[in-house]
Amino acid sequence: MAQARQSPARSVFGSLMLIAFVIGAGAAAFAYTAGWFSPQHLTPESFVDALTPPTGVPLGHRRNHAKGICFTGVFEANGAGTALSYAQVFTRGQYPAFGRFNLGTADPSAPDATVRVRGIGLRISMPDGQEWRTAMINPPIFAVSTPQAFYELLLASASKDPDAMKTFAAGHPEFAAFGAWAKGGPWTGSYAEDRFNSLNSFVFTDSSGSEHTVRWSLLPAAQPVSVSPDDLAKRGPNFLEQEITERVRGGPQRWTMVVTVANPGDPSADPSKAWPEERRTVEVGTLTVQQIEPEPDGPCRDINFDPTVLPSGIRTSDDPFPAARSSVYAKSYDLRTAEAHDYPRTTADAKP
Amino acid sequence: MTGYRQRFTPLQRLLHWLMAICILTMLFIGVGMVSTVKPKYLTLVSIHKPLGIAILVLALIRLAVRFRYGAPPLPADLPEPIKLGGQLSHYAFYVLMIGMPLLGWGMLSAATYPVVLFGGVRLPAILPHSESLHTLLWNAHFYLAFAFFALILLHVAAALFHALVRRDGVFDAMAPVPTYDEVVPAE
Repeated sequence: MAQARQSPARSVFGSLMLIAFVIGAGAAAFAYTAGWFSPQHLTPESFVDALTPPTGVPLGHRRNHAKGICFTGVFEANGAGTALSYAQVFTRGQYPAFGRFNLGTADPSAPDATVRVRGIGLRISMPDGQEWRTAMINPPIFAVSTPQAFYELLLASASKDPDAMKTFAAGHPEFAAFGAWAKGGPWTGSYAEDRFNSLNSFVFTDSSGSEHTVRWSLLPAAQPVSVSPDDLAKRGPNFLEQEITERVRGGPQRWTMVVTVANPGDPSADPSKAWPEERRTVEVGTLTVQQIEPEPDGPCRDINFDPTVLPSGIRTSDDPFPAARSSVYAKSYDLRTAEAHDYPRTTADAKP
Repeated sequence: MTGYRQRFTPLQRLLHWLMAICILTMLFIGVGMVSTVKPKYLTLVSIHKPLGIAILVLALIRLAVRFRYGAPPLPADLPEPIKLGGQLSHYAFYVLMIGMPLLGWGMLSAATYPVVLFGGVRLPAILPHSESLHTLLWNAHFYLAFAFFALILLHVAAALFHALVRRDGVFDAMAPVPTYDEVVPAE
């Protein structure tokens, strides 16, 4: 065989090797991008798995905030929000809304008095076809600074190691403020008396193009009455749903939406850090809850309160949580909608 | 070596290579975005949706161009099963190029997610809100994405086999730049 020239057979062999290499490299790059070579990196599945309660996977239900009840109502903007964002929802007027009062637990049958965190999912629709989805909770600050830390918190709270939470708290000093609220903060006997906070920051763009980093809250019109968890436990496992149903039947319930504007340098990327009390706040409107509907047939069941579904004029900020929540909520949505037969509707003509 | 053969028209070659870049980008973004919880998740999703619609539009244009100009004949000495395989793969490509964006759009519609394009343009829902439709379309979109990538790998392997081993002009028919035995396209 001549040294200088390849034989045709050898050339074909070389070509086949090259083809095999190209195909192999392509497949490997694809698998790498899909995360198959890095099982330790956090995926939506990691969070969904870590959320699984001791009672088992809540088939057909949300993977967190699994227990809830739907409401319908209206958001009435007073026009003041137009100074901060050009989103149509802030123009003076009424916008249809629906949502879901819920408990921060992955167990859909957890007794109400055992769940510390309460939440509200809300969707406001605008005539221009856009919508604003938000999911808020009642603590004044979030438990941790990063999605990674939240994952570690889930692992620690599910751990059988008695020191797991202590170890976690030692490694995450920001957790202390949340811990203090969880222990010493007030409990109320009604969703209608709870204040709900976005905690995550977002960016509003006004009509002149100026940007404002904000957080928002829903402040209850009803006077909060503090009740001890022991007394709440005596009211039955589903007292919150029964109470809000009866209360709204007696008359609509209202919350004022307040937007807090950050100063430059405020911790916009860390929901575990409160902004100073004296920050500018703007009351932008009122949420009125007019009707309560049980979840199985209600409008809130088959919707994902993805906090990144925002109208033009509102966008995400440098806060890493909304992206993580969007990713994990989508996974939860994909799973539970595929499990609908495990959580059947009670009436045939229910709204999908 | 047959060497001489008619090439695809320049418009067809442009569409092919432009779409090759778009579709590969799309598939990598797709598998990348569903496996991350980092802020890039939102960036990737915000590219995935408009890029998918762009591919749908390009694929429809390409289909019309294909009907108008056809494809150059395959070499006469190519075995019949290989010819058939090549032709079937073209059908599969068109089905996927048009079907995948529609499945994605339909899946988002069935879940009532907005489909936002560049510039904040919002597309209407093409299907009613339905959990069962969402599940069906989501599964189809997910598994067909892997089938699509596998088909592309097969396509690349076949193209390279034509270019390097058979050297029969099949690759040159779609080559982005004139190759060794380029002749004036008969148009």
